[in-house]
Amino acid sequence: MPSLLSFRRAAGFLATACTLAASHVQAQDLLNQLETQTTDSLRREYVTATFKGTRVINGHSIETPGKGSMLFLISHRFGTLNSGAYEFFGLDQATIRLGLEYGLNDQLAVGIGRSSLEKTYDGFVKYKALRQSSGPRPMPVSVTLLATTAVSTLKFQPEPERSTTSRFTYSYQALLARKFSSNLSVQLMPTLIHRNYVDLRRDENNVYAIGAAGRQKLTKRLALTAEYYYLLPGNTADDYRNSLALGFDIETGGHVFQLHFTNSQGMIEKFFVPQTTGNFFDGDIYFGFNISRAFQLRSQE
Amino acid sequence: MKIKVFAVAVLLSCLPGLPSWAQSKFLTRTGSITFFSATPIEDIQAVNQQVGAAVDVASGQVAFTVPMKSFKFPKSLMQEHFNENYVESEKYPKATFSGKLVNWTAASLTPAGSQAVQVEGDLTIHGVTKRVRVPGTLEKQGNRLVVKSKFAVAPADYNIEIPLLVRNQIAKSVDVTVNLACEPTP
Repeated sequence: MPSLLSFRRAAGFLATACTLAASHVQAQDLLNQLETQTTDSLRREYVTATFKGTRVINGHSIETPGKGSMLFLISHRFGTLNSGAYEFFGLDQATIRLGLEYGLNDQLAVGIGRSSLEKTYDGFVKYKALRQSSGPRPMPVSVTLLATTAVSTLKFQPEPERSTTSRFTYSYQALLARKFSSNLSVQLMPTLIHRNYVDLRRDENNVYAIGAAGRQKLTKRLALTAEYYYLLPGNTADDYRNSLALGFDIETGGHVFQLHFTNSQGMIEKFFVPQTTGNFFDGDIYFGFNISRAFQLRSQE
Repeated sequence: MKIKVFAVAVLLSCLPGLPSWAQSKFLTRTGSITFFSATPIEDIQAVNQQVGAAVDVASGQVAFTVPMKSFKFPKSLMQEHFNENYVESEKYPKATFSGKLVNWTAASLTPAGSQAVQVEGDLTIHGVTKRVRVPGTLEKQGNRLVVKSKFAVAPADYNIEIPLLVRNQIAKSVDVTVNLACEPTP
């Protein structure tokens, strides 16, 4: 059976050739194969660093300090630019807020602060309810819920002293944000401020506002930020102004510096949402900065 | 008839990915890579437990894929900086390696005990590909293949820019430790 033998020989040769060729192709494909078998579509990944800091400018961003991380925040606003050379364009005056924030886990954070304005203490709870993610069942936006309480400890003049409850103000925010690209993030902030006590009958106890904010990175460590709070129509909107702020985020290692210009003097919601009086385009602009420093108190693991 | 069956078998065996030589391939999706940066100011260590790796002991091919966002750091801010500023994980989500065991034949694998090997190939980090040659060990443990390797990577070689302010806190050369337990795969 010579024909069968030669066929076998040919087949054997063919098989060897095929194996060699295939092993070469296979060799090049090993990485591709590996990548298809470990494909990212199987892994849920949370979007991180939508904003650099826990504040956009005056108000909160969706970010919280990570688990076990403590942030020390120094926020500072000088006087208005249009106060003239005598006040050195506002630099002679300053209001300050010192704050501490701590991440109990990657979603829940608590914080306290003290503003020099009206000698106000504040505390807040912040919870990342939804986190923007990719992968299976992707989430298009991040939603962080914020509840804050502020208490003014000013000595009231004239007497008689008001009740303690009248010193309290509460604010509630739902922060909705989307990181559209590594450079651009946008945030919306429906806001309710409840004041237990207001001076005039005309003033509202409940003030509603909608905020919008954005961050556009210019370089890896420098970003342009903007923040605007629109007061919904009402007496507060008639008597006060919407808060506007423009600034820069500068990152250097463990610090984030935020430099900005705003028509609001206060650095907590109860001040900048319902009590902004400055006219930005008339030069009532407060120059200010926020500095935050992170300390890791507990390891992430 | 016999010839036809044989011919079909030969042709089938030419299709890649069939079980005939599949036994030679080992794969893991949960390999670990640790890197360690030591400076007088600060020691930084990060662990990634989601390394994908494949080793073909017949051809000597080795491949890695490393999801950069899966590196866990002790400090959350470090992790953010690593992803945002240094390796730019959104732009370059993975580091990969594709290479070959040096002087390897299908018979090289010893049935027991750890054996020292050299692997040479293309390492891609931060979008930059470099030809590297690193030492490692292979060990057959039951039906698993245990792969270990230790080598150094210089961030500067991969255009990973470190700002002046933290230059003293990040080592010029970072020690990378690879530890894989690969299962046989079809």
